[in-house]
Amino acid sequence: MISGLAILLLFQLAGELIVTATGLPIPGPVVGMLLLFIVLLARGRVPHGLERTADALIKTLSLLFVPAGTGVVAYLALLRQEWLPITAALVGGTALTIAATALTMRAVIAHRERKGPRSAA
Amino acid sequence: MQPDAGAWGAVVRGPLLWLTVTLLVYLASQWLHARTGSTWLNPVLISVITMSTLLLLTRTPYVDYAEATRFIHFLLGPATVALAVPLYHRLNRLRTLAGPVTIALICGALTAVISAIGLGKLLGASDLSLLSLAPKSVTTPIAMGIAEKVGGQPSLTAVLVILTGIIGAVGGKAILDLLRINDPAVRGFAIGVASHGIGTARAFQMDEETGAFAGLGMGLNGILTAIIVPVIVDLLNLAP
Repeated sequence: MISGLAILLLFQLAGELIVTATGLPIPGPVVGMLLLFIVLLARGRVPHGLERTADALIKTLSLLFVPAGTGVVAYLALLRQEWLPITAALVGGTALTIAATALTMRAVIAHRERKGPRSAA
Repeated sequence: MQPDAGAWGAVVRGPLLWLTVTLLVYLASQWLHARTGSTWLNPVLISVITMSTLLLLTRTPYVDYAEATRFIHFLLGPATVALAVPLYHRLNRLRTLAGPVTIALICGALTAVISAIGLGKLLGASDLSLLSLAPKSVTTPIAMGIAEKVGGQPSLTAVLVILTGIIGAVGGKAILDLLRINDPAVRGFAIGVASHGIGTARAFQMDEETGAFAGLGMGLNGILTAIIVPVIVDLLNLAP
């Protein structure tokens, strides 16, 4: 558990340092995630401690959203004032995104299958 | 003043009380969700509504609550890094569908950001709201990081992200059924790209393959959105 947490914090720290040094417009933890992904690819396996900690953190991911989500109390006035554009952006935007992603992916798979069954794996 | 008011005051001001209440409320929400199996009773949604009500009733300023629950919030950073692990486990699936996944990802990520900003602007949202809405489709820690980078309000983004997740989890299946999308890989990937972890949790309830591809969509879109939002915000001259 602790070795896993140490690995995650180390990669997060590396990510933060890279972002600070280069001024990349990407959050530090995302860079840390990319770095960890690359290292896992190179190593070809996930250390046991990391596997356990990552699994535990991802399983409790919902809980981690609660403090930030409760921030809604600070924006009640803004949400009341802008409820229409915000609702439209959330509902319409989410529906459009699901449709666009699914239709594109299905079209590309169908196109590939027409080209030849060999590559249709 | 009561003789023990000072001691009680210290407990109220310290992080212990709100941390404990948050965990208990979350456990109760999870129990309620498992007990009813209702999509509407999403544990995040129920916990946020309950905690918000408690803060309003006790007149506790949000900054005090945020300070008390900083430890939980801090874990979002390592949790983001941890997303590399399931992504790595899905490497083989990713390889076989690399082409379709890449093209669908680019299309989905652009649609998410542009539709949120476009619909918001069309109906008169403020610039702060637009900047906070832009990364709404990706998982909270990444979205908050993006919002902070482009000058949005991270805590507002967190709220919008969670609402987006709930909308995708509740409505995603209906949209995909309407479009007659049957391939579980396609269904899952679309839900993950549009509605991150909350959608992914819902996708895992449909079946294993749908869930796996939702996780993949969530991870990949987190990275791509972190790159494209600052560029789009710059192009649209939205940055404050």
